[in-house]
Amino acid sequence: MSRLMFYIIVGLLLVAGIATSVHRHVQFEIPWLPGEQRQVWEIEAGINFNAQDGPVQVDLALPSHQAGYRVLTENTASSGYGLAYQADELGRTAQWTIREAAGSQTLYYSVQMLVSQDAQAPVQTPPEMTPITPWESPYDTAASQLIEQAWARSANNATFARELIRDVNGERQGENARLLLSQENPAALVVRLLNQAGVLAREVSGLLLEDGRRRQTLSSWIQVFDESGEQWSIFHPLTGEQGKPENLLLWETGGRAVLEVQGGTNSRVTFSMMTHDQPASAAVRNHYSEDTLLNFSIHSLPLEEQALFQTILLIPIGALMVVFLRVLVGIKTSGTFMPVLIALAFIQTTLPTGLIGFLLIVAVGLIIRNYLSYLNLLLVARVSAVIITVIAIISIFTVLAYRMGLSAGLTITFFPMIILAWTIERMSILWEEEGPKQVLIQGGGSLITAVLAYLAMNNPWVRHITFNFLGVQLILMALILLLGNYTGYRLLELRRFKPITDDEKPS
Amino acid sequence: MSWFNNWTWPTRLRDKGIIGMNRRNIRYIGRYNSRRLYPLVDDKLKTKLLAQQYGITSPELIGTVTTQFGVKHIGEMLTGHAGFVIKPAKGSGGKGILVIEKVEDNAFIKPSGAKLTLTDVERHVSNILSGLYSLGGSPDVAVIETLINFDESLMDYTYEGVPDIRVIVFKGYPVMAMMRLSTAASDGKANLHQGAVGVGLNIATGAALRAVQFDRPCFSHPDTGHDLASLVVPQWETLLNLAAGCYEMTGLGYLGTDMVLDRKHGPMLLELNARPGLAIQMTNGEGLRRRLDLIERQPDGVPAKQRVAFSQHHFARQSELVESPDTASSSA
Repeated sequence: MSRLMFYIIVGLLLVAGIATSVHRHVQFEIPWLPGEQRQVWEIEAGINFNAQDGPVQVDLALPSHQAGYRVLTENTASSGYGLAYQADELGRTAQWTIREAAGSQTLYYSVQMLVSQDAQAPVQTPPEMTPITPWESPYDTAASQLIEQAWARSANNATFARELIRDVNGERQGENARLLLSQENPAALVVRLLNQAGVLAREVSGLLLEDGRRRQTLSSWIQVFDESGEQWSIFHPLTGEQGKPENLLLWETGGRAVLEVQGGTNSRVTFSMMTHDQPASAAVRNHYSEDTLLNFSIHSLPLEEQALFQTILLIPIGALMVVFLRVLVGIKTSGTFMPVLIALAFIQTTLPTGLIGFLLIVAVGLIIRNYLSYLNLLLVARVSAVIITVIAIISIFTVLAYRMGLSAGLTITFFPMIILAWTIERMSILWEEEGPKQVLIQGGGSLITAVLAYLAMNNPWVRHITFNFLGVQLILMALILLLGNYTGYRLLELRRFKPITDDEKPS
Repeated sequence: MSWFNNWTWPTRLRDKGIIGMNRRNIRYIGRYNSRRLYPLVDDKLKTKLLAQQYGITSPELIGTVTTQFGVKHIGEMLTGHAGFVIKPAKGSGGKGILVIEKVEDNAFIKPSGAKLTLTDVERHVSNILSGLYSLGGSPDVAVIETLINFDESLMDYTYEGVPDIRVIVFKGYPVMAMMRLSTAASDGKANLHQGAVGVGLNIATGAALRAVQFDRPCFSHPDTGHDLASLVVPQWETLLNLAAGCYEMTGLGYLGTDMVLDRKHGPMLLELNARPGLAIQMTNGEGLRRRLDLIERQPDGVPAKQRVAFSQHHFARQSELVESPDTASSSA
C-alpha cells in the first residue's frame, strides 16, 4: 500500500473523529471540560419473573423527589405491556399489566436523578399506627424487656430507636434480642418493637449509589418519626447510625413492598447505575431530543451496557500510552498489553493499594514459581499451577487484609489473575535466563507503563472525553497508526548509541 | 551534568547513519522480510535441511528427536559420536543448547568439565520437546548435530565458548560483520549484552576494525589478554560467499547470518536470524544507514560472487586498533 493511501486513511480518521466530536459538542451542548456540571445518576431497574400463561400484573415502587436528589426523567421498556403510573400519599408506583404472558419476562424502568443540594422531600405522612400483633410467650417478655431497657436509656424517639437498634444488633446484643431475632429479621424486628412502644416507624428501601455498579439490590433502612409526627430521620438497621448517607437514594418510603407480581413466579428486581456529568441546561432537556442516527452515542444503550462501555472506551487510551512508551521511549515491558490490564485493575483498587497488591502477588508468585521449576512440569500444567497459586495468594491477602481491618485490601480481587500468572511465568523464565537485572528492567518498565496508563485513564477529563465523544476513538486510532509508522530514534536509543558518537577522538 | 553526558542528540546519530529499532522494523524487516519466510529461519531444523539442499556447509546432523517416546532411544543415536550439540529447533538467543565435548565411560562431559549422565541428557531433550526453550512455549523438536572443532587460529581470542561471526546480509550483499568472543563475564556465551566482546570486522579482509565490551572500546581480550588488533578471520571470502548465498536460500532481504569456522570444514552456517540486532553498529563504530542506502540503489539479480566483490570494494575500512602511519602523523 502506498504512503499516500496511508496518509489519506489517517486524515479521514482524524477529520471524521474531529467532526463527530464537534457535532456532539455543538448539537448536544456537551462541554469539552468535565467541570461546571451537574451530576446525574442514571438508575435502571430490571424486573425478571416467569409468567404463568395468564394475566400478569406487576407493581413496582418508584422513587420520588427527596433530599439531595430530584427526579429528572423516567422511561420504561416493556413490549406488549400496559403501563400506568400511580401516586398516593405513600409514594409512586408503576403498574404493568398484560392479558397473557408466558415464560421468562423482563421489564425495565430507568430514571435519571439529578443531584441537587436544594431538593426537598415532599411532606411525608407518618404511617397509621398499626394494630400491634401481640407476641407469643416467651417472646412477649423478651420484647418488653428490650423496650424497657432502651426506653430508660433514651430521651426521645430518635435516641430510643438508636438504643434499640444497638440492643438488637450491636455489641450489647443480649439473649432477649437473639431470641426475638429467631422470629423476625433485624429491620422488621426493630420496627415492630418501636411500634409496640408507640413510636411511629417503618421499614423503607434504599439504593446505595456507586458508579458503574450492576445487579445491585435494595437495602433496608428504618425511618423513625419524632413525637410530633412531622420530622423523621433514617437509621441504619444494623449499626443504629442516624442520618441518611449522602449516596443513599430512598426508593420506597411508604413501608410497602417494592415489587409485587401477580401471575408470575421467581420475580426479582435488580438495579444498575452510573453517574455522568451534564451541563445544567442539557441535563433538563437532553432526553427530549430526538434520537437520530447522528446522535450516535453510548447513552442510547441500556445502563448496564453503558457502565461496561465506560471502562471499555478507556482501553484505547491505555493502548496509546503503551504504543507511545514502546515506540517513542523504548521502555521494555513484560507482555505487550499486560500493563493496560494492570492499569484497569488499578482504577478499581486505587493506585497505592494496587501497587502494593501487585508487588506482593508477583513477589510471592515468583518464589512459589521458583519451587515449581524444580518439579519439571510441562508448560501448560505449570502455568495452571501458577494460576491456582495466584488465586490462593489473592484469597489469603484478602482474608488477612479484612482481619486487619484494611478494607482497601479487599479490592485486590480486581486483578486479572490469568494475566498475573503469565506475568509471573515470564518473569521467572527471564530470571533464569537473563538474571534478576532484566527482571527488574522489564518488571519496572511494565509497572511504569501501568502507572502512566492508569494516570491517563483515571484522569477525569480523559474519562469525560472518551465517554461523551465517540469520535475521539477515531482520533486515537489515527494517532496510533501514525506512531506505528515512526522510523525515528527511540528516546532510550539516544543513550544506547551514545558511545558511537564520541569516538571521533579515541581516548 | 554527568547524567546528561550519557545522552546524545538524534541529529548526531543521524549524521553517523545509525539505524534505530523503529527504522529497522519498518524500513528493513517489514519491507524486505516476508512473514511467510520466517519459519525457514525460526526453525533450525528447516534451516539446516535447506542449507544442505543449497550446498551451504553447516554442522553435520546426527539426528532429531520429535516424540517423548523417542527420548528413550537417544542413547543409541549418540553412540560413536565423540562430541555433539543438542539444541531446540525453535529456540532463541542460545537458550537450551547443550554442548557435550566428549563421552567417557558413559559420562557426558560439558566444555566446563561438568559430567552429565544419560538420564540428564534425556531430561534435557524431554524439556526441549515440551517447549521449555521455544518461542511461546510451543512443542518443539530436538536437533542433534556434531560438535564444531573450531579453528585453532582463533583459540587465543576467546574464553571457553565458540566465537561466532555475524554477517548482516542485505538483499544478498554482505553489509557489515562482527565477531563475538565469549568472556568470563558472559559465562562462555557469545551474547554481547551479557558481556561478550564484539569485534567489528573489515568486510574487505576479515581483519579486526574495533572492539567493544559493554559498548565501551577495548583493545585486548579481557580474559586471555590477547591483542585483538592481530585478529584476522581466515577463509574470509568463502565465509562471505556462504553468507551471501543465504539470500537465495531463504529469500529474506534483511538477514543476520551466524557462522563459525571449523578446523576441517572451514566456514559453516550455524543459524540465521530474520530480526538481527543493532549492536553490530556499536562494534563497527559505524551506522548501517549509508551501506544499506547504497545497496538499495543496486539492481536485483546480481550473482553472489559479484555481490561479495562489490561489498568488499565499497565497504573496506581502516582498522582503529592499529596505529597506521598516516593517522599517527595526522594526530601528532
